[in-house]
Amino acid sequence: MMLKKSMFRKPKIELEGYDKLQQTSSPSVPDEMCVSCPSCKTMLFSNDLWEHKYVCPGCGHHFRVNARQRIAFICDEDSFQEKDADFSSEDRLGFPGYAAKLKAAQLESAEKDAVVTGFAKISGYACGFFVMEPYFMMGSMGTIVGEKITRLFEEATERKLPVIGYTVSGGARVQEGMFSLMQMAKTSGAVKWHSDAGLLYITILTNPTTGGVTASFGMEGDIILAEPEALIGFAGPRVIEQTMRQKLPQGFQRAEFLLDTGFVDHIVDRREQKKTLAHLLALHEGGGNA
Amino acid sequence: MTAYEKICAARDKDRPTATKYIENIFEGFFELHGDRRYADDSAVIGGLATLSGRPVTVIALERGADTKDRIARNFGSAHPEGYRKALRLMRQAEKFHRPVICLIDTSGAYCGIGAEERGQGQAIAENLMAMMSLKTPIISILIGEGESGGALALAVADQVWMLENSVYSVLSPEGAASIIWKDASKVEEASESLKFTAQDLLSFGIIERIFAEPEGGDFSPLYEELRQALVQTLEQESTLSSKTLLKTRYEKFRKIGRQV
Repeated sequence: MMLKKSMFRKPKIELEGYDKLQQTSSPSVPDEMCVSCPSCKTMLFSNDLWEHKYVCPGCGHHFRVNARQRIAFICDEDSFQEKDADFSSEDRLGFPGYAAKLKAAQLESAEKDAVVTGFAKISGYACGFFVMEPYFMMGSMGTIVGEKITRLFEEATERKLPVIGYTVSGGARVQEGMFSLMQMAKTSGAVKWHSDAGLLYITILTNPTTGGVTASFGMEGDIILAEPEALIGFAGPRVIEQTMRQKLPQGFQRAEFLLDTGFVDHIVDRREQKKTLAHLLALHEGGGNA
Repeated sequence: MTAYEKICAARDKDRPTATKYIENIFEGFFELHGDRRYADDSAVIGGLATLSGRPVTVIALERGADTKDRIARNFGSAHPEGYRKALRLMRQAEKFHRPVICLIDTSGAYCGIGAEERGQGQAIAENLMAMMSLKTPIISILIGEGESGGALALAVADQVWMLENSVYSVLSPEGAASIIWKDASKVEEASESLKFTAQDLLSFGIIERIFAEPEGGDFSPLYEELRQALVQTLEQESTLSSKTLLKTRYEKFRKIGRQV
């Protein structure tokens, strides 16, 4: 698996800073195989990090990982069959700068758009599987994200399979205007039909999951898991601070806060996620209405 | 009018708000309060009424008539309890086979600590999912501003209609200007780029119908036109089986951005 240099870059603006990231695209970490944990400053070898699924073995800090890495962590080897891999966004509204931004995002992420979907096995259990891609415009939801997720749920409903989904998103893709907003309704419809067929849907909310993704398929799982310290909310913290003109309390909108307020079922360390998912899938085996 | 002029018209403080539509289109509105979970959110008005003799459930985002009222109603920005009240009333409508009519006028869901603590995202998500399978006709009308998931949470409908000068947008042009241009002064440019006018959205197949606004500010003819349109459309929709109704509703949203 390729090591992404951008993974070790300190995120500047978590939600909308993708264009700033592009301006500073020179690697902040040279090619050596050593990085410092941004949380506890321990020096870590990248080989060790891979083994720890990009979680700092010292303090448990979860490094940002891309969609392909998550697939490798969770899906059984060579079991992932990708769907709709060639779908890529169009600039439907002729929005200033969008075409160039799409190109840059494709270069940055090596993905066509902000979600990877397909079918896979997790410890032998077959399921639909989607992972949003943080390095593609911070997982913003455009038409292609909505379309790929909808198609995944439709096929999973047909095949009577559960769906496991990893979310990461700054929210709607503003450059697609109302086409973006409509994907919230569209995906929710597909989730609902899948749910009404008696099938299981588990979401794993990762850092950050905000806006239209939280307010649609992110919060629609039968079981909602989260990674430690993941930022999860509807309005982003910066927007709330600007609107309220006050500092937000420590830990506000973090996964632990959502666990306390009752919006997340369980926080699961990345190193335990495959085991947890396999366990939950086993409990729902043979799901689906006759 | 330019897109920016339209959003200014939609936000005009003298423009009628939802209460006026309820008074003029329906008879005998009886308000029902509270979400049975936490509180009553006065940004959302809901209740029972008749429409030319037919019982209906009406749910509206209300900005408020004057300054005091606007503050009390958070300028039509709902908290999670507002969306949960709306959902409670929709489920009640389904139980009693009443159609649901939603009036939308909001600059978005309320943005604040309490709203986040009580699950703004979850509340909206639940409405989207529930409305997709609500076994009774739903018609949503954008009467002023309709922005973000906060508007969509009442607009997963069989028919979405807009007034000529209303807007329906993924977010406010101010928000887009600050996110995309990093420059709050680019509001006019953002307004053009977002393509949020009724005319744009009709051409995209995102809404079904546009209603012209009377010149001179007297909306009486418009209320009558809306009343007739609602009566006619509900007559047609009530002949559909709930299976056909839900399939058609799903397909209406499914087709937006479909890849073949």
